[in-house]
Amino acid sequence: MKVERAYGLQRALDLGLREDEYARILESLGREPTEVELAMFSLMWSEHCGYKHSKLLLRTLPTEGPRLVMGPGENAGAVDVGGGWAVAFKVESHNHPSAVEPFQGAATGVGGILRDIFAIGARPIAVLDSLRFGEPTSEHSRYLLDHSVAGIGHYGNSIGVPTVGGEVYFEGPYEQNCLINAMCVGLVRKDGMIRSAAAGPGNLLVLFGAATGRDGIGGASVLASAELDEEDAAKRPSVQVGDPFAEKKLMECSLELLERGLLVALQDFGAAGLTSASSEMASKGGVGVEIDIARVPLREADMEPFEIVSSESQERMLVVIEPSRLDQLLAVCAHWEVDAAVIGHVTEDRTIRVRRGDELLGEIPVDVLVDCPLYELQPAPPKTPLYATPPKLLPDQTAEQDLLALLGSPNIADRRYLFQQYDSIVQSRTVRRPGTADAAVLALPHGGAIAISIDGNGRRVAADPYCGTVEAVLECAANLACVGAEPLGLTNCLNFGNPEKPHIAWQLTESVRALGDACRALEIPVVGGNVSLYNEGGEGPIYPTPVVGAVGWLPDPALAGRIGFATDGDLIALIGDFRPQYPASELAKLRGEPLPTSLPGVDIAAHRATQTLIRDAVRSGKLSSAHDVAEGGLAVALAECAIAGGLGAEVELEDGSEAAIFGETAGGFAVSGPAAVVREIAARAPHQIIGSVGGRRLKISAGETQIDVSLERLREAHAALAERFE
Amino acid sequence: MKFGVIVFPGSCDDVDAQLACARVADAVPLWHADHDLQGVDAVVVPGGFSYGDYLRAGAIARFAPIMTEVIDFAREGGYVMGICNGFQVCCEAGLLPGALLTNVSLRFVCRQVSLDVANADTPFTRALPAGRPLSVPVKHMVGRYYAPADQLDRLESSAQVVLRYTAGQNPNGSLHDIAGVINEQGNVFGLMPHPEHAVDPLTGSADGLGLFVSLRDSVSGLVGGGR
Repeated sequence: MKVERAYGLQRALDLGLREDEYARILESLGREPTEVELAMFSLMWSEHCGYKHSKLLLRTLPTEGPRLVMGPGENAGAVDVGGGWAVAFKVESHNHPSAVEPFQGAATGVGGILRDIFAIGARPIAVLDSLRFGEPTSEHSRYLLDHSVAGIGHYGNSIGVPTVGGEVYFEGPYEQNCLINAMCVGLVRKDGMIRSAAAGPGNLLVLFGAATGRDGIGGASVLASAELDEEDAAKRPSVQVGDPFAEKKLMECSLELLERGLLVALQDFGAAGLTSASSEMASKGGVGVEIDIARVPLREADMEPFEIVSSESQERMLVVIEPSRLDQLLAVCAHWEVDAAVIGHVTEDRTIRVRRGDELLGEIPVDVLVDCPLYELQPAPPKTPLYATPPKLLPDQTAEQDLLALLGSPNIADRRYLFQQYDSIVQSRTVRRPGTADAAVLALPHGGAIAISIDGNGRRVAADPYCGTVEAVLECAANLACVGAEPLGLTNCLNFGNPEKPHIAWQLTESVRALGDACRALEIPVVGGNVSLYNEGGEGPIYPTPVVGAVGWLPDPALAGRIGFATDGDLIALIGDFRPQYPASELAKLRGEPLPTSLPGVDIAAHRATQTLIRDAVRSGKLSSAHDVAEGGLAVALAECAIAGGLGAEVELEDGSEAAIFGETAGGFAVSGPAAVVREIAARAPHQIIGSVGGRRLKISAGETQIDVSLERLREAHAALAERFE
Repeated sequence: MKFGVIVFPGSCDDVDAQLACARVADAVPLWHADHDLQGVDAVVVPGGFSYGDYLRAGAIARFAPIMTEVIDFAREGGYVMGICNGFQVCCEAGLLPGALLTNVSLRFVCRQVSLDVANADTPFTRALPAGRPLSVPVKHMVGRYYAPADQLDRLESSAQVVLRYTAGQNPNGSLHDIAGVINEQGNVFGLMPHPEHAVDPLTGSADGLGLFVSLRDSVSGLVGGGR
């Protein structure tokens, strides 16, 4: 084709491409790219869309399992939950937009992950979020938290999808670069699922939903695939603006179109807008597409072609339909008051063509555009510590004072202040709300239930990328076990710094290796995920933060486990091969200890056996409570059981060491129940019978150490987060 | 006995309301753009964010074609229950006194609250167990009940305050802890808490079911009495 005006290397570099990548474009096309083509390459070859530093690693993850219905590569993964139903789920990041504009960044993060779920035909039934901020003593962190939580609530609440769980951590390295990961779970009849592969030359491409505007241009390339810097306030216009009402109509409309069997393929508009949506559909279907951008409904009439193909305007979907179905499609869209326009058609020749009327603006072989360069990482462990030692916040004090300080510390304090800002109950499925159990539990239409948990402790991954990541997977599975669920599938969001730096490449490589090993050992397939790199502010990289979200299944929602102590006189046992350590614990952090350079390894197979034991025991309905031991160690876990149940406990530990009381590692469960039941279950695993439930005080006696606190004081300490923010 | 549940674009709890109604009687959806109430015996205006709640919560919905019919239905004595956004819509439509303002916290709040039944002698509350508070969730950003002082006095003196948040449980700063009010004629009832999310102990509580039972029984009485 004729190129009116060449834009050249400098423009390519400005758009985030590398010099060798530009050379590759010239070679592939055999000419200079047009402005539209260059924009399309810069988006599709960005880290965010192309996964160019992570794809080779991700291929090592296990993706097969007996319950797998849809694996990586589609808009979301899905697992079989019986009765002809599947559950679709995925987690995605919206970190950089949220760091720049927290309300809209977080809101559109939720909007984007919702579209991924209904793009495969599933009705979104739950949202969870995983958030990371700097310490709440910082005004900037409080601003980011407050506005991103409001943004998540604004979108999820308004669209009628419950936010049923999540987690938040506060650590210095996230101060400049917060993390906003959102996970969505959907429910779909297995025979009602749809893929995104375009098919049938001559079939029409229809864009429906919101008009296309100038928002989010360069979001994927300029914003998401580079480190944050001081100029970021100027990038605010790169952040999309969400309209949950438009998305609600779009969702209902999409699901009705599918139910009526009108669609050949369905794809949401995410990062890189029309460019990504159309080329992905063409690539997966082994076909080409021709698009006339003059037919794209615009918010501003004078938009440039490269803006139209780059725009990340929210609440839009792209479908392929047979021409004979068009009238029916338009009628459904009219019913939901959703605008629709035919913008092109499917072609045979595996080329993506962009026109404006008769004018050809771009013509690229689909494979050239979609197969972006992939880079091998050059990992090397850091020679000196990467992260500053946190400030010492606690004086030398008694164990009892330490317990209260831990309960009130930002990473452990009661999250009620946050989750009360989310509708957790709409759709009438929520059996376990946030704060009542270790995982969210949602009843299924045909009986049974699913459990969902999302986890990832960046500080522990920073100490040891391999073991920390194994712990994250184990904790996620442990949380499912505590409500009686077996894991069916796992999704992940890998939040790391700049992978071109050897020490970040090393963190990423070790973490993915651990993710694969842990999932293989637990036989949980990875159904899909997302990678967010270049998470670095002026002060260095974030803690490496692999976030894992898992969906599990349990037969009887009425028997789903709870964390709260329930009955006076119940026996309490600590079950599992639990060998807690003080370094890298929450207490060590509060005391200003540096991170260790490794964590002790864990025996995944042994932990899996314990998880199975706990899961079966919870399902039997004979236990009163089950809670995994996590941040703050055993003492904090027991305090959480006491607070949630409104009942005290008297506990005696043989080991009086600080590690035994406040140390952390994977694999410990605190359970309570009738004495005979607890003894019988505990006998089948490493265990200690540690005490009994009762009274209004938590008493822990461990060697020389004595803790004796009233429930009221525990509650007061635990409410500290709300006080910080109110 | 047949309930009709309005579906606006942006309604979120419409399906939940239908499920709750269907536990005690028949239930059908009523589309916002229609002018047909399909012969229903009672109307539920559900929760959600009708038309995105743009402009002001409920302000656009009150002009929906179906609302013309609901307003006529109510003027003729038909039973209407507005839940959360439905309460806001009914206030905007002039079917109920007062208004709902943004919560004192300026934040969305979702939590289980305890409600005292201030008037058990209404078509909506007759079947509720006497003297026991109800455990029902609230979830809203704009739920602070407000009415001018003289109107509040009239509401109180004519027992139009039907539900109150139990002392200490007011989640939004509502005047007089008001959670639900009824119109003067006694056939239109609005409440911010969500009884449709309290119909099954599995999902938290079944205390809200009594409101739907009351409504069904009241309609049956009305029909039996030759309306």
